[in-house]
Amino acid sequence: MQKIGKQTIKFDKPQTILETASIVGPKEAQGPLAKYFDNLLEDEFWGEKTWEKAESKLIKQAVNLVITKSGIPADLIDFCFAGDLLNQCISSSFGLRELNIPYFGIFGACSTFVEGMILSSILTESGAANNVLFGASSHFCSAEKQFRFPLELGNQRPPSSQWTVTGAGAAIISSSGNGPFVTYATPGKIVDKGIKDANNMGAAMAPAAVDTILSHFKDTGRNPSYYDAIITGDLGHIGKEIVIEMLQTYGYNVKQNYNDCGVLMFDKEKQDTHSGGSGCACCATVFSGYLFNKLKEGKYKKILLIATGALMNSTSSQQGESIPGIAHAISIEV
Amino acid sequence: MDKIETNKQYQDYVDKKTPNSPIIKNCFNAFWVGGLICSIGQLILDVCKFRGFDTEVSGTISSIILIGISAFLTGLNLFNKIGKFAGAGSIVPITGFSNSIVSPAMEYKSEGYVMGVGSKMFTVAGPVLVFGISASIIVGIIYLIFNTQSITLV
Repeated sequence: MQKIGKQTIKFDKPQTILETASIVGPKEAQGPLAKYFDNLLEDEFWGEKTWEKAESKLIKQAVNLVITKSGIPADLIDFCFAGDLLNQCISSSFGLRELNIPYFGIFGACSTFVEGMILSSILTESGAANNVLFGASSHFCSAEKQFRFPLELGNQRPPSSQWTVTGAGAAIISSSGNGPFVTYATPGKIVDKGIKDANNMGAAMAPAAVDTILSHFKDTGRNPSYYDAIITGDLGHIGKEIVIEMLQTYGYNVKQNYNDCGVLMFDKEKQDTHSGGSGCACCATVFSGYLFNKLKEGKYKKILLIATGALMNSTSSQQGESIPGIAHAISIEV
Repeated sequence: MDKIETNKQYQDYVDKKTPNSPIIKNCFNAFWVGGLICSIGQLILDVCKFRGFDTEVSGTISSIILIGISAFLTGLNLFNKIGKFAGAGSIVPITGFSNSIVSPAMEYKSEGYVMGVGSKMFTVAGPVLVFGISASIIVGIIYLIFNTQSITLV
């Protein structure tokens, strides 16, 4: 493992993504990717009394599922990373309190999943661990409650707003295995271009994604055509267009192979999700369900996954602060 | 497109990229749904008057009925759908006020009746109450001052 260029980590001994698991809510279950997810919920409560409890159950079950699917006994998993959007990351810590695996709670807003993947790969490559688990979750209802308005309030959402994905994704990184491999990671810088509109997260986060993608290409010497797919986390339709156009100004054409998990997750016209999906679970479930499947099938051989996060909370928005964005990229190859 | 350097350039670019709300459609829906709600209110008022209540009591009764109906529809998870369609048409009449109190009460029930329902009930409607009542006090004071100098404003 070594640092190359300005901010990229090169894994000398590529780490294997052993297995993934994904659970999504009812709206996602009606979306175009439904068949790729392991478990589809029929309602947002999933038998729990509160949305927060339902979200904890999501991450708990996703983690249990990935352990079962991987066939590795839980006591051979050395560490775990998890995070979510609720205050103090309670979904993860409450959901995983009975897991009995040393735990790191992480917060990268919606970039948490790839943040966990990078940290897990570093742990396994360094020899500090053999198997590391990571996951992330979000829940539409608990996120609306914390960041916006009560669900029953009769207001209108602007066209730029995004729909928080209900779901959880989890995966296990192992130092042994035969791929898909984590080969490079480019952790991102905090980028704030002064966007204050909390209903336009895609635009707030897009500059961070552009910055990380540019750094990744510069550090690795690769260019967009190297990858079968370049996928951002949750920029939605507006953020996706911004990334394409901004990268164009730097001489990179990504039109052919670039997409966004928030765009892939929902059918914009039929599902009334406006600019697309968002939330920690957006990137987590689309990777764990759809992308991992494509890697296993061999349809994609090299992908660059860039999870994006908006590092704000409701207080900072009310105080008129702009929204700092972050994006972490990870290169996964078969 | 040129390279975006400053925050100002980016903000302008984003403003151009971001689609606007369908204002004409929204206004039209708000207009007729709002008008319909007010007509229902007027109908209740007229029926009350016809039944022999005076204007003031009739007004109170129609407010209570409209508040009751929208609280009920909020509980059935229907008012948010009306609000999504009609926007200001259902928010501005007293129906919206009712919805803005009932919806947080439902949302925060999970935090208990005191710290949840009790304290969060007015998170949305609170500002309306604070500034509505403050404004009426100020107008009342102005009225009082001018009225004592025997200038009739109202």
